[in-house]
Formats: sequence, C-alpha cells, structure tokens
Amino acid sequence: MIAYAISIKYMVTGYAVIFIVLALYLASLFVRWKNLKRDLRILN
Amino acid sequence: MQPQPKVLTVLIILSIVLFFGALGMVFLYAPLEAVMNYVQKIFYFHISNAWVGMLGFIVAAVTGTVYLVTKDLKWDIVELAAVEISLVFFFIAIVSGSIWAKPSWGTWWTWDARLTTAAILEMIYLACLLLRQGIEDPERRARFSAVYTLVGALSVPITFLSIRIWQTIHPAVIGAGSSGALGSFGMTPPMLNTMFFCLITFSVIFVTLLWYRIRLGQLAEQVAQLKIETLQ
Repeated sequence: MIAYAISIKYMVTGYAVIFIVLALYLASLFVRWKNLKRDLRILN
Repeated sequence: MQPQPKVLTVLIILSIVLFFGALGMVFLYAPLEAVMNYVQKIFYFHISNAWVGMLGFIVAAVTGTVYLVTKDLKWDIVELAAVEISLVFFFIAIVSGSIWAKPSWGTWWTWDARLTTAAILEMIYLACLLLRQGIEDPERRARFSAVYTLVGALSVPITFLSIRIWQTIHPAVIGAGSSGALGSFGMTPPMLNTMFFCLITFSVIFVTLLWYRIRLGQLAEQVAQLKIETLQ
C-alpha cells in the first residue's frame, strides 16, 4: 500500500499539472482570439 | 465573423458545470482505492484526457478525408482544430500517467509498449503541426495535412490495443490486460460511474473547444484574406 502522504502528494501534483496545462491552453485560445479581433478592426 | 451562437454559449456553461461535477464525483463520491488510495484519483482525468485525445485524432482523420473528397478548405480548419486540441489532451494524459506511475511502478517513465506508442502518437501529430507551418500554399498544406492525419490515425488503434497485443506493465481498464500489468484495481460501481461521468464531461469539453477553435480558425482565415487584399 502506498503511504497516504506520498499518495496525496502525487495526486495533488497530477491535478495541478492537468489544471495548469488546460488553463494555459484556454489562455492561448483567448489571447489568439483577442489579437485576431484587433487585427480585424485595424484592417477594416 | 458571426456572433457567438447561443448553442456554443450553452455548451461553454455546460462544460464548466460538468467539469466541476466531475471534480465532485472524483473527490466526494468515488471511494479510495485500497492499495494506491489518493493517487488512484488521477485515473479518472487521465483516462478521460486519453479518450478525447484519441477521439480528436480520429476526428482529424475523418475531416481530412472529407477535405480530400470535397477540396473545401473549411474541413482543413476543422482538422487543424481537432489535432491541436487532441495534442493538449493527450499531453495531459501522458504527463498525468507519468505522475501516477511514479508511486505505482516506482518510475516516472518506462519504454513499455503502451507508453512508447502513446509518445510516438503525440510526436506524430506534433510533427504534423510543425510541418504544416512550412507549407505556404493553403491547398497544398491542407492536402498534405489530410493525408498525414489519415496515415497518422493508424497509430491510434495501435496505441489503444498495445496493452492487449504486447506484454506491458500498463493496466487495462476494459477487458483483460497483460499478465505483467502493475497498478490494476477492481472497479467498484461508484468508480465506474465516476469514470463514465468524466468520459462524458471531457467529451462535451472537447466538442465545446473544437467549436471554439474552429471559429478561431475561421477568424484567422478572414484576417489573412484581408491582409492579402490590403497588400494588393
């Protein structure tokens, strides 16, 4: 059996990585959308 | 660019609600596994990310095929969106699996069949994105990408079936896995319910992100066209 303290540490690390990667991707989508909208305004 | 459709707004809200619902199921409903205890909870998001990753690669192959038949560039936008999103989800699946492996297998990584085929799958599609950048003509780029994703999709069933074909330490969730698998556990009904809830949740998130990313691709196309017109 894996010790509770070790098990919790890896679980927290795992979910932290999942949240961070998802958040970074969502942020990249948002930033790209904003930049394209700005470009569109300038070009129009 | 058309305003955001109401269905997409509903999907965004549904995705957020389901995501927090899935977290609630994982941490409040699913029981602790007897041997791995807390670290086993990574399993629910790990498998869901792997599922939508593979789903997206299949979607890319299908839309690539549709492009080859119709020669309509809108399918290239869908294909690119599916590849990009799947790369993110599959990356999460690989990294979360590695974090789960450390306390379960005693190592972050081992070159066993499942892990190797998963890494190859990720690199195949990463290469697709990089190679696309080198082709300027949109039609040549779309044709290359369609053929590439179609051939690349062969690695999806190989990765999925690897734990059933070869001797591997990666456990199988559905059906019998390899005899040398480490970290297997019996799924109780609450664990199964949680797993299916997470699979549905991430499928909805995938559809939402795919739609959003397609709109982003359409907007990029519009901007690129305007830039060409401005320069002429």
